Amino acid sequence: MTTHVNTSNTAVNSSAQKVCSLSDLIENSGVCALVNGVQVALFQLKDPTGHVSIYALSNWDPIGRANVMYRGLLGSIGEEPVICSPLYKQHYSLLSGKCFENDEAQLNVFACQLQGDSVFVSVSALHTDAA
Amino acid sequence: MAQSTIHSLHNNAADQVNNSIATDDVLVIGNGMVGHYFVEQLREQSPHCTIRVLSGESRLAYDRVHLSEFFSGKTADDLAMTTPERYDALNVKFHTNAWVSDIDKTNRVVTTKNGEKYAYDKLVLATGSYPFVPPIAGNTQAHCLVYRTIEDLHNIQASAQVSKVGVVVGGGLLGLEAANALKEAGLKTHVVEFAPQLMAVQLDESGGRLLRDKINDLDVTVHTQKATQEIVAGETCRYRMNFADDTFLETDMILFSAGIRPSDGLAKAHDIAIGERGGIVIDDNCLTSEKCIYAIGECALWQQRIYGLVAPGYTMARAAVSHIIHGKTPRTLKFEGADMSTKLKLMGVEVGSIGDAHAATPSAMSYTYENQPAGVYKKIVIDATQKKLLGAVLVGDTNDYDTLLQYALNDIDLPEFPEALILPSSGDTTPALGADALPLTATICSCHNVSKGDIVAAIDAGSCDLNAIKSCTKASSGCGGCSALLKNVVDSELEKRGVEVKKDICEHFAHSRQELFHIVKVEGIKNFDTLITRHGKGLGCEICKPAAASIFASVYNEFILQKEHLSLQDTNDIFLGNMQKDGTYSVVPRVPGGEITPEKLILLGEVAKDYRLYTKITGGQRVDLFGARVEDLPDIWERLVKGGFETGHAYAKALRTVKSCVGSTWCRYGVQDAVGKAIDLENRYKGLRAPHKIKFAVSGCTRECAEAQSKDIGIIATDNGWNLYVCGNGGMKPRHGDLFATDLDSDTLVKYIDRVLSFYVKTADRLQRTSVWMDNMEGGLAYLQDVIINDSLGIASELEVQMQSVVDTYQCEWKTAIESPESRKRFRQFVNSKESDSNITFVEERGQIRPATEEEKHNIKIVELA
Repeated sequence: MTTHVNTSNTAVNSSAQKVCSLSDLIENSGVCALVNGVQVALFQLKDPTGHVSIYALSNWDPIGRANVMYRGLLGSIGEEPVICSPLYKQHYSLLSGKCFENDEAQLNVFACQLQGDSVFVSVSALHTDAA
Repeated sequence: MAQSTIHSLHNNAADQVNNSIATDDVLVIGNGMVGHYFVEQLREQSPHCTIRVLSGESRLAYDRVHLSEFFSGKTADDLAMTTPERYDALNVKFHTNAWVSDIDKTNRVVTTKNGEKYAYDKLVLATGSYPFVPPIAGNTQAHCLVYRTIEDLHNIQASAQVSKVGVVVGGGLLGLEAANALKEAGLKTHVVEFAPQLMAVQLDESGGRLLRDKINDLDVTVHTQKATQEIVAGETCRYRMNFADDTFLETDMILFSAGIRPSDGLAKAHDIAIGERGGIVIDDNCLTSEKCIYAIGECALWQQRIYGLVAPGYTMARAAVSHIIHGKTPRTLKFEGADMSTKLKLMGVEVGSIGDAHAATPSAMSYTYENQPAGVYKKIVIDATQKKLLGAVLVGDTNDYDTLLQYALNDIDLPEFPEALILPSSGDTTPALGADALPLTATICSCHNVSKGDIVAAIDAGSCDLNAIKSCTKASSGCGGCSALLKNVVDSELEKRGVEVKKDICEHFAHSRQELFHIVKVEGIKNFDTLITRHGKGLGCEICKPAAASIFASVYNEFILQKEHLSLQDTNDIFLGNMQKDGTYSVVPRVPGGEITPEKLILLGEVAKDYRLYTKITGGQRVDLFGARVEDLPDIWERLVKGGFETGHAYAKALRTVKSCVGSTWCRYGVQDAVGKAIDLENRYKGLRAPHKIKFAVSGCTRECAEAQSKDIGIIATDNGWNLYVCGNGGMKPRHGDLFATDLDSDTLVKYIDRVLSFYVKTADRLQRTSVWMDNMEGGLAYLQDVIINDSLGIASELEVQMQSVVDTYQCEWKTAIESPESRKRFRQFVNSKESDSNITFVEERGQIRPATEEEKHNIKIVELA
């Protein structure tokens, strides 16, 4: 299995920490990790050709105002991979965190990396709006 | 619309000749309802053109349709449709008592009786009509009046004050309105009609007879087939009317309302073309024989017809405005005739007339229904093919008017038994119509008060897909509960306009749900990857993934949290619970038929207490436990499953509950064991996944305490077995189920339900409830009965096999989930921590928990910090 590492944010730096192993992730679905008090939704996306990507975004749904993003459905709009909020169904880009339906809503995108069998995530101190 | 879009403004020749007079872009003669409407429409579409109105009456436009309300207390001001201030604000110049006596067509100047001259670029004749007074000797006496203007009303009022008896000559629509006015004025009222019946234009003989009876009952005496010969001095009253049949009637005053004649004198005097029997001839653009002169309303003659109703007049006004602004272009609105169907209340009597009420069309046939005790008469006229409705007459009850009008106007195919349209509803047999036949006034989105008419207008204005319509009408942007209905209306409207409506489920599949179901079955596809690789594109979405999951479940019934199905499940299915606003879940165990032992009730109570859950009894006769954290769900369910509970599928588009009354076991009135039947049915169909949720109910007798007729499948016990109702629902658009079959034995009942539900699962659209599914089928209930009972498609046994395979492969999803360590892992809040979601906080209310509001959370934090 080839694993593409999400590089849509700054490179993983020394603040990156191991949060779980690859087997904790669920194919084409999400799980949640607690990283320095921040809830991070981790998505493992496998397209029909078998290509796998991992994404880390904030778990806080800024419109539904609850920590639920990891329970949403993955999909695509055009070429862009998206996560659909399980509460009110807004779509957020997995690449940029931008909301398709509401310009003001945005998920934080965190740098993440697979090293061996371990998933590393880096949470900047600025990204602590998740209550 | 800018002024510059008006064609050929300011004719130069005219300007030169009339250099002393300012030329108006548009000059309107007449300020009746239609003339006024024209002015408003023109101003709205052309904010800057100059408009001048010349009214022969002493006041501006008022509502003539409701003239008789003058006698029930309304004033001239109440009836007014505009005011001088309003016209000033619209920058419309106007003159009352300005009777036009001359039109100089060459120089485009009109002159009033008072000698004032006005130049125009376009002239609009909206001179209306005048009452026809039959040529009867003595018809010009002081108390012989007409009913048309507010001045007439003043005269009638003055006359009524010195009269005791009044007669209206004319038993048509206007005559009866006038009779109402006399009755309101306190006179003993008679109606004298030359024809053998009342409202001869709109009603047939039987309808006319019933109307006459009803009006007689209101103490208004109707005399038909009376030709008045002369009006002479009376003996007991002021006048005596002598009739051709040597009878007579004494009265103090006479009101003529025997029809209208177009006010075409001005046009005639200036060589504008007039029809043989009067009326200013107009074309589809409302242009007269003169290229700068239009005529609209009751003075205009279109294809040999005068339209004596206000709505066609308004349509003419819009057509004239469109032509003045755009000239002749493909998008210019035209007047192409008008429907003269009417529905009104005459002195409290409901009367409706649609299309060919007299069955004058060759080979037309009719159905009639008359209920003399109740005073109701209904007739429908259908064409020779028995497929289309041509006309209808309704007296005493016009409830069916809107539906019948939709059939007639939209050429909708009649149901197999058209008589059902007018027969008194026995509760279940009146055919319901799909979105197509909803009246334009029907509210589609109640959050934003959007009617079907608004949606149609949006489509006419250029919106051509669902999203465009949503954004311009706001429909379905509130609670969203109307989205399926909205889509139906939009699809049917677009199809009517010849727009190809894509039934594609979403951007990833160019197929409808029904097509996907077929593909999955025929190709034996068992997972989403195969489906999207072979038949779709992209990664899928929250629409196609759950739809595919539902189809896989309906066809193969595998565990929904199995690896390849897990990622397809919707918000609620994926954690086997209903997610609430704060991210917690509700827990709803199945309680078949609503029957529960004390032990099980106690267990529910204990679990709720141990996990601090909020408890509420549901409408489906079970118990909802709210506030469960995702990580507690497996433990909670482990205890419930151990105590004998199963999942209730409250989270799924699947069979929910089978509600029951207590039935013959305990109830004094019950005739069958409703609870036993409900439990059997719930156990048979539990876990059946479908395009939408499905609810059942079973009532033990005709008292219907289980409200079975409001369910997708409703069963009511009879002395001989069970009556089956299908396709009812509650919710935002409640609908009673239709009686499908009667006095069934238990085996046949199950067989029919198997077939109906399998057919629904196989053919319905995503999120389409059974009611909409059936209403959208051509042939509706009758067709469904044919498929299910008579096996007209030859698929009955296949449908039964499909259902039996779902029944045979049932598993309690929660039992499977808690027994699988892999599945249990999924319910961790965090993959790397045992902590809970700190955002979930509760406060207490009425002795139970509820989610804390944002404000409360804020306060709690402050307290904690302090």
